[in-house]
Amino acid sequence: MHPAFSVIFLTTLIGAAQGLFLALFSTQVYSEFELLPGIGDTNYYGIGAAISLILLIGGLASSFFHLGHPERAWRSAACWRTSWLSREVIALPTMMLAVFVYGIIHLFGLDSIAFTHGEITLSTSLFVGIFGVVTTFALFICTAMIYACIKFLQEWASPLTVINYFLFGTASGFTLATALASYLGLQEHILFLGGWAIVLTILVFITRTASLYRNSRIKHKSTMQSAIGIRHNKIQQKAQGAMGGSFNTREYFHGKTAMFLKSVKFIFMILVFPVPVLLLSTSLNNGNTEVLIAAFVIQFIGLLAERWYFFAQANHPQNIYYQTV
Amino acid sequence: MTQLALIIDLNVCVGCSACVTSCKEWNTSGPAGFMSDENPYQKDPTGTFFNRVQTYEVGEFPKTETVHFPKSCLHCEEPPCVPVCPTGASYKRKLDGIVLVDYDKCIGCKYCSWACPYGAREIDEHQKVMKKCTLCVDRIYDENLPEAERKPACVLACPTNARLFGDVHDADSEVSEMIRDQGGYQLMPEWGTQPSNHYLPRRKNKITIHKDELVRVDNPLNKEQKEHHKPVDGSVLDDSSFI
Repeated sequence: MHPAFSVIFLTTLIGAAQGLFLALFSTQVYSEFELLPGIGDTNYYGIGAAISLILLIGGLASSFFHLGHPERAWRSAACWRTSWLSREVIALPTMMLAVFVYGIIHLFGLDSIAFTHGEITLSTSLFVGIFGVVTTFALFICTAMIYACIKFLQEWASPLTVINYFLFGTASGFTLATALASYLGLQEHILFLGGWAIVLTILVFITRTASLYRNSRIKHKSTMQSAIGIRHNKIQQKAQGAMGGSFNTREYFHGKTAMFLKSVKFIFMILVFPVPVLLLSTSLNNGNTEVLIAAFVIQFIGLLAERWYFFAQANHPQNIYYQTV
Repeated sequence: MTQLALIIDLNVCVGCSACVTSCKEWNTSGPAGFMSDENPYQKDPTGTFFNRVQTYEVGEFPKTETVHFPKSCLHCEEPPCVPVCPTGASYKRKLDGIVLVDYDKCIGCKYCSWACPYGAREIDEHQKVMKKCTLCVDRIYDENLPEAERKPACVLACPTNARLFGDVHDADSEVSEMIRDQGGYQLMPEWGTQPSNHYLPRRKNKITIHKDELVRVDNPLNKEQKEHHKPVDGSVLDDSSFI
């Protein structure tokens, strides 16, 4: 497939935003149950939610560049019964709303105690957070299923696609949360968040490697023979029905060399996994904010390359009809 | 239920592209708006087409065969492009099974084109909506046209009658008969899309002649030419029986 930058930015930006929100919520849960110290007067949740919302808006804005008629985008919520894209269009603003409310509650100190039972007190924002987590998970599933549900794009049609989208998002979100905690000087939270960021990055390294391995051995179901229905081992295309190319020759091919593809894979394998893990693990104890921000930025750039590769690697069966591209 | 479809006979298609030009001519002047082109008269012309003819060479020289392969939307019975559409712009008509795009609802997200394994959908680069073969839906029901002309433009244009149009659900229709009798097949059956358009394969008339069939065993000429037995000199077994 031809990787569209609008979709690359959409999926990476909202992935990081979702991961960041999950990081904020986990911190709050741990704090409320006193497994982590409180955040003091740092407004960590409020700032985090604001960053998450900005990333979500950025993703949404970039997705509009993918549309031929952005002014009709409101229509795309109509077919949620059948279309994962439509479901994503509903899940994304719902999550934005949840993050917005969650952020407002924390930024303006509107939190109150919603529930008390013995020594346990739960705040209102925690329940807003739970709603946010549900929408975050829904959004992860919708985004990934857009790709995983197309069964003849065999590189994508796998549960690994959903797992990878979830883990890539959470890994980059937790890395960002670590940087934020470090910026606000929350030393104990850096250890908690950074630790999880490392664990998630290692987990996604395993699952992405698994999907790369799967895709390298994939046996495509469609062949030249099944595509035109002629049983002969040697079929050569002589004309593809267009002189200067067509939508079919532009949309489904990345147009780069195999060497370029290999380089992109090498780049993202370095930038997404070992570099951030190294940077995270060296600065967990000294809380070096610059290094942690660098870890997030490097991982995010790596994720852009990863998403480019994700699209470029998918081989659409219609390409069989365009052998000479 | 009706399922209108095209039957394309690869045995007689000569690759003249008359179906391509007549399709473009009819549909670019239709009520749904033009089908835009880029550089139509310059280098690297490109544009929107509902139908294209491709050419394949099958086999290795000297045993080769050229196959012209017209390719358009197959109007699948289980169209994978329809459920993925977020706006409902892409739909399959219950009335006659034609898969259509509502150009006023399409947001141009291209997701349906990803979900079509045949690459039958093309985005119009100027109108920014997804376009595809409509089976000339604005023509086949037009009562102002004489009945014989209420067919898709490509079918009427084909000089070798390689394109047939009809209801593939009606067992007695011409197209159903052709599929049954001439070995009609579907493209990429492995995805379960059940394309309504069928292709008829190359068919060659071959007869097998065995060697003995080349010689007429009961040829009367042979009888006439047969020589009578001459009497054998000396005694034979028959003579001795009388002793």
